[in-house]
Amino acid sequence: MRAEWRQWVLLPVAAVIVGLVAGAILILISGDNPLTAYGGMAEGAFGSSDAMSRTLEKATPLILGGLAVAFAFKAGLFNIGGQGQLLLGAAFAAWIGFDLNLPMVVHLPLALVIGGLAGAALGAVAGLLKATRGTHEVISTIMLNFVAANLTDWLVSRDGPWKDPESGAVARSPQVLDSAALPRLGFLPVGFLVAVAVAAAVWWIVNRSVLGFEISTVGHNAKAATYAGISVVRITVVAMLISAFLAGLGGAIQTQGVNGRFEPGFNSGLGFDGITIALLARTNALAVVPAALLIGAMDAGSTLMQSRTDVPPEIISVIQGFILFLVAAPSVVRWLLRLREDIGGTKIDLASGWGAS
Amino acid sequence: MTRSEATVTDGPEPTTGTPASTAAPAGDITATMAPDGSPWLLEVRGLTKRFPGVVANDNVDLTLATGEILGLLGENGAGKSTLVKMLFGIHQPDEGMMWLNGTEIRPAGPGDAISRGIGMVHQHFQLVPPLTVAENIVLGAEPRKRRLFDRRGAERRVREISERYGLEVEPSDVLGDLPVGIQQRVEILKALYREAQLLILDEPTAVLTPQETDELLAIMRDLAASGVGIIFITHKLREVLAVTDRVTVLRRGRSVGTVDTSSATTESLAELMVGRSVVLRVDKNEAEPGRVVLDVRDLEVRDDRRQTTVRGATFDVRAGEIVGVAGVEGNGQRELVEAITGIRPIHAGTVTIEGFTVHGHPRSVREHGVAYIPEDRERDGLVGDYSVADNLVLTEYHRRPFAGHGLRHPDAVDHLASELVERFDVRTPGIDVAVSTLSGGNKQKVIVARELSEDKHLVVASQPTRGVDVGSIEFIHNQLVAARDRGSAVLLVSAELDEIFGLADRIAVIYEGRIVAVCDPATVSREDVGLLMAGGQPSEPVAAG
Repeated sequence: MRAEWRQWVLLPVAAVIVGLVAGAILILISGDNPLTAYGGMAEGAFGSSDAMSRTLEKATPLILGGLAVAFAFKAGLFNIGGQGQLLLGAAFAAWIGFDLNLPMVVHLPLALVIGGLAGAALGAVAGLLKATRGTHEVISTIMLNFVAANLTDWLVSRDGPWKDPESGAVARSPQVLDSAALPRLGFLPVGFLVAVAVAAAVWWIVNRSVLGFEISTVGHNAKAATYAGISVVRITVVAMLISAFLAGLGGAIQTQGVNGRFEPGFNSGLGFDGITIALLARTNALAVVPAALLIGAMDAGSTLMQSRTDVPPEIISVIQGFILFLVAAPSVVRWLLRLREDIGGTKIDLASGWGAS
Repeated sequence: MTRSEATVTDGPEPTTGTPASTAAPAGDITATMAPDGSPWLLEVRGLTKRFPGVVANDNVDLTLATGEILGLLGENGAGKSTLVKMLFGIHQPDEGMMWLNGTEIRPAGPGDAISRGIGMVHQHFQLVPPLTVAENIVLGAEPRKRRLFDRRGAERRVREISERYGLEVEPSDVLGDLPVGIQQRVEILKALYREAQLLILDEPTAVLTPQETDELLAIMRDLAASGVGIIFITHKLREVLAVTDRVTVLRRGRSVGTVDTSSATTESLAELMVGRSVVLRVDKNEAEPGRVVLDVRDLEVRDDRRQTTVRGATFDVRAGEIVGVAGVEGNGQRELVEAITGIRPIHAGTVTIEGFTVHGHPRSVREHGVAYIPEDRERDGLVGDYSVADNLVLTEYHRRPFAGHGLRHPDAVDHLASELVERFDVRTPGIDVAVSTLSGGNKQKVIVARELSEDKHLVVASQPTRGVDVGSIEFIHNQLVAARDRGSAVLLVSAELDEIFGLADRIAVIYEGRIVAVCDPATVSREDVGLLMAGGQPSEPVAAG
């Protein structure tokens, strides 16, 4: 059992270390001290309770974005629509948050669930298209990202129904009411706790439930799933629905816990970070949490790093790109570190979402 | 899970014993000579390959003369594939030596092996369907003219080789349009184009119709006559007897003997392979057919390309009998079986199982007491990455006691799995290992265990012993007969006439999607069934049963 555990951990950790070393070389080339830069980043991410809160807040939508991608992977689907699902979730959660006046025990969960369902609705379109017409989900979810971005832009624009009347020319929704906002316990944002609980729930569904077995059977071998009496159409739609719900929930938590309102174009690219995190976690729902914390910490620490040195924050994206590359191409890491063939566990079959099936 | 040695009565000693272990130090070992005084085309001595937990090849010896056809026989998991993968450079041996024409070789990879004149035709073709025959053959070693691909030159070369060896192909045909038998010729030509002197054929007849098999065997004889040495891997003893000069038998990674084909019989080879006497004939009593269980009327089914391949099939199967569907592959068998089991939609006609009318929905068909052993077990019947245990409940995972209230109960799954592995003699290191690591015969036993552990109204078995070792074939056949004797109706679809004649109580011959005759195996001749399969009519009318 221990050997197995090592296999799963060693490769991602090695990828992160190699990524940081590569980043350090780039920082050296640009004429700065990598130790100062990384020191600033670490302090900005963990140095104070404010820094810790910031890291956890950054990590929260990343957890849900990572879970969304990882869950879809289990069914052999590649959900690239996390960004759009998240935007829709954020916008609808904001609407519930500012438009209704309810007691908190109802208001807050309702806002989160409606946000998740808004994301799920978008995912359902892609799932249905895939299941009934064979439209590849990579294409449809990318397209739906544009639909979601423009729809949410319009909702809070000058002519839109959810525009903040006091914001003048700025396109944004009104502030959500306190009864719909996620509080903070000390430095600990409650949204982060929700995300961790959802990660545990997803792990449990995948590994313990009948539905999880059906989903991974479809993901591994759709022909055998049909033979076993599993409806591939149903599972494809359900998996896409749940995946998109997770992304939508991520947007809702971001609105209710951090932004406090919906503003178009916030944290663009978050849906794509979900792919990095899902791969770093090797699609294991529990491992998504530390993976998201790592990426979140880098993002949170980048500002202080920039003020301590002249290193531009873009270097963080470069390092993250390196890590993704190394995780997706484990043989490079093995070669760099002279690891044995069997280290790194079973490969993640990225191609399963692509073929004609 | 290994069978204890005490229950195994070893077969007779091989006529040509294996040489004693090579005790001489490595540096002094040289190649030996063939009987005619020239070096062997290929000599393998003491080859050993270990994988974690298993010795796949243990001190294997083998010789092949120029122009000779050597059969390589062995059960699944006996180490045939490992051996030829070492010859072809895919694996590197841990110990032992190989000589080609007296020169020591140690192929570092397939490219290295090819450049030394070793060619291999894999079971799964390594071809590009949209390219032409000529393009496929020269791919990777293309003739050039002014730095550009010389298509005409390629076609001319291919035509030359195909004429020299009597392998007829049209170089400009698009490969994907050609039947499997012709595609296989292209694979052989690919090796010959690269000037192979040694050709390894890995279960080449597994994908062929009986006619194509005969053609391939003739081609092999011609190739050998022109000086190519051939290693022929197969499970089919009859083919070994028909075409080889000598046979080397592997058992559990060791070469247990090499015999001259002229002095071998089906029984003696089977004994060498399995290490005990094998009953190739199935012992079964007279069938006692009861009520009609499966009733197929005017059935029409379309294939994936929307071509109607089952065109008005009508037949029935009664409780307590085995009906064998005989036919050349591609005459609608696959679609017929998939329609009966609910996997493929029915276009017209009806399928009734014990009064239940099938309308798609594989699960509802199963719930009406149908077991199904699919033709392509890796693709349809198993999830390779899943454990043996999960595969054993692949169709029942959602029921009590394996699940309840939406949750799985792993303990109940493991309990059943341990019992079935024992009862069906599945040779596996444990119920937790991925099923993909098992040998073909054991994979099939997992499916048989799952499908036949409980009594069903109808058992549909499609090519149940394809690519399965002799020991497992016997076991699977006995299981099917036992299911019949317990009162199941059994529909057996097989491309092997031996299997049909050995098991079936009635034979339904399928041709172009219709059941053209139903005959009694006791009275009909093989020739007449063969004629019906080919679309002909026997001179004497065959009684429909």
